[in-house]
Amino acid sequence: MSGAEPEAPAIRVRGLVNRFGSHVVHDGLDLDVRRGEILGVVGGSGTGKSVLLRSITGLLRPAAGRIEVFGIDVLSGSEEARATLDERWGVMFQDGALFSSLTVRENVEVPMRKVARLDPDLRRALADLKISLVGLPYLAGDKYPSELSGGMRKRAGLARALALDPDIVFLDEPTAGLDPIGAAAFDTLIRDLSRALGLTVFLVTHDLDTLYAVCDRIAVLADRKVLITGSLQDMQAVDHPWVHDYFHGPRARAALDAPSAGALQGGR
Amino acid sequence: MLDQDLRFDPAAPAEGASSLRIAGAATVATVDRLHAWLDGLGTGADRSIDIGEVARLDTAGAWALVTFERRLTEAGRHLDIRNAAAEARLVLDTVRGAMPAPDAPAPSPRGLIPLLDATGRRVAASTGKAAALTGVLGLFLARLARVLRHPREFRAIALVAHCDDVGLRAVPIVALMAFLIGVVLAFQGSAQLRQFGAEVFVVDLIAISVLRELGILLTAIIVAGRTASAFTAAIGAMKMREEIDAMRTLGLDPAVVLFVPRILALLLMLPILGLIANVMGLVGGALMAWIELGISPSMFRTRLIEGTDISHVIVGLVKAPVFALIIGVVGCHAGMQVSGNAESLGRMTSSAVVTAIFSVIVADALFSIFFAQVGL
Repeated sequence: MSGAEPEAPAIRVRGLVNRFGSHVVHDGLDLDVRRGEILGVVGGSGTGKSVLLRSITGLLRPAAGRIEVFGIDVLSGSEEARATLDERWGVMFQDGALFSSLTVRENVEVPMRKVARLDPDLRRALADLKISLVGLPYLAGDKYPSELSGGMRKRAGLARALALDPDIVFLDEPTAGLDPIGAAAFDTLIRDLSRALGLTVFLVTHDLDTLYAVCDRIAVLADRKVLITGSLQDMQAVDHPWVHDYFHGPRARAALDAPSAGALQGGR
Repeated sequence: MLDQDLRFDPAAPAEGASSLRIAGAATVATVDRLHAWLDGLGTGADRSIDIGEVARLDTAGAWALVTFERRLTEAGRHLDIRNAAAEARLVLDTVRGAMPAPDAPAPSPRGLIPLLDATGRRVAASTGKAAALTGVLGLFLARLARVLRHPREFRAIALVAHCDDVGLRAVPIVALMAFLIGVVLAFQGSAQLRQFGAEVFVVDLIAISVLRELGILLTAIIVAGRTASAFTAAIGAMKMREEIDAMRTLGLDPAVVLFVPRILALLLMLPILGLIANVMGLVGGALMAWIELGISPSMFRTRLIEGTDISHVIVGLVKAPVFALIIGVVGCHAGMQVSGNAESLGRMTSSAVVTAIFSVIVADALFSIFFAQVGL
């Protein structure tokens, strides 16, 4: 796109403070997401992973702090600058958050309507491409969200998030509630799309298999801030009790023993 | 805004040009121009296209190129995409692999037959709905009988809560409505009756119309709007979130837990609301008769007792339990019909209100015929 700020991170969060009443969720949280990487955000329940995602995407106004996406200030940037951001990111919510009164194809077409010059036939063809790209059968485009399974709804949500070929996608628990085969296929899908389209991926997850199969870096949320960011190897060396338990528990060992389970699945 | 810059060479589609070039951003913002340009090129010859100067190629731009490539291939020709950067090749390959293969749409029948088919289905569905409503009524009565035999299963707290919601909270609106109806009747009646010098009969007019018909009918209509919709929304939301399925697996009968307290609360409260409406209607009428015609409250009372039989009150209030059953059954039935999405909740809620009001008016008409026949 623009090479003006080649080294600037895709997302830069500084000193983020979020509180609900007297309950402090984030206190001075710092985070960088590099361009083109897949960052996995992990943390125990209630450590504010989703709150962080909602803060970055501007759905929740933090009490203090500074959030920049591609150098544009999300909190105090001008209205026009914020509007360009909406075209450069896509968000996939936990259960897809598809509009229940629209078919899957119409859901994918919703963001495309902002590009006024696309005529209906072209929009439809591009929506069909996105639906196929996330691995849904052609006929799923005519179905309503309530007629789809949970996994298909997630894929449809991803298709909508990718509709405008954004630079960043935010994925909130993309594999939660999927069967292991479906989850592995989704992991592969995310990695392939990220590589092919040069996507930066901000991934909130609990799924250790996803972390091992997909993520370039991992950020651990604990004690109201980002405790550590780094590769999986870095995580093994951390002696914080929660991080240690997380990456040395029986599930982590199982996921580690099958290091490329997701990578070997391949295809769909 | 997205980058809009895309240049073509040759600028206008030319049939003869075999080597093409595009430069700039081939993205979703420019795909309409790219697609139109490629569409204008014939399939008469092999082509090559140089995308070395394309700064950004996204899936939309790749889609346009791959669509053109397919068109040439179908015509027995070949498209050579040259100078693609590594990322661009990756995008093109991804899009090539994902190009949707449209299945043939199901043939849609035309003419008279589908019209008849749709009409028949609607008629069948409406009789089915009547049967389903009767089913809910029967279910309610059966569960009520069981609860009477096993009082421990009865949910008294739920009943009281629903009585509060259905009855007490409806008192202000019902009272105000009935008071205003009384005022309007007295005002209109006095204007007409004055022409014959029969002003005093305004008391009979108000008393009979309010006690016999309007008090209970309008109360039932207000309660249908307020309570049938609330029942449908509450039960429908529980259905959407699988709470009703959870109840069943826990051995709780939704009819006992949800239907009995709600419909019973309506059965108890609607006659009381009707009575309040009757009183307020008479008060409103008396006030207006006093102001407009100078009929003092004591005179109004005397005339009311002399001229109006107690049977009018009975005829009015005897309808209340029937209306209550209709409203409750329709509301609960519609709630159970809600399916997975938010739209069906809205549709069923409005359908519940319409069905409840319509059924109440039909029942009222049947009552009128019945009472006329038995001479009450």
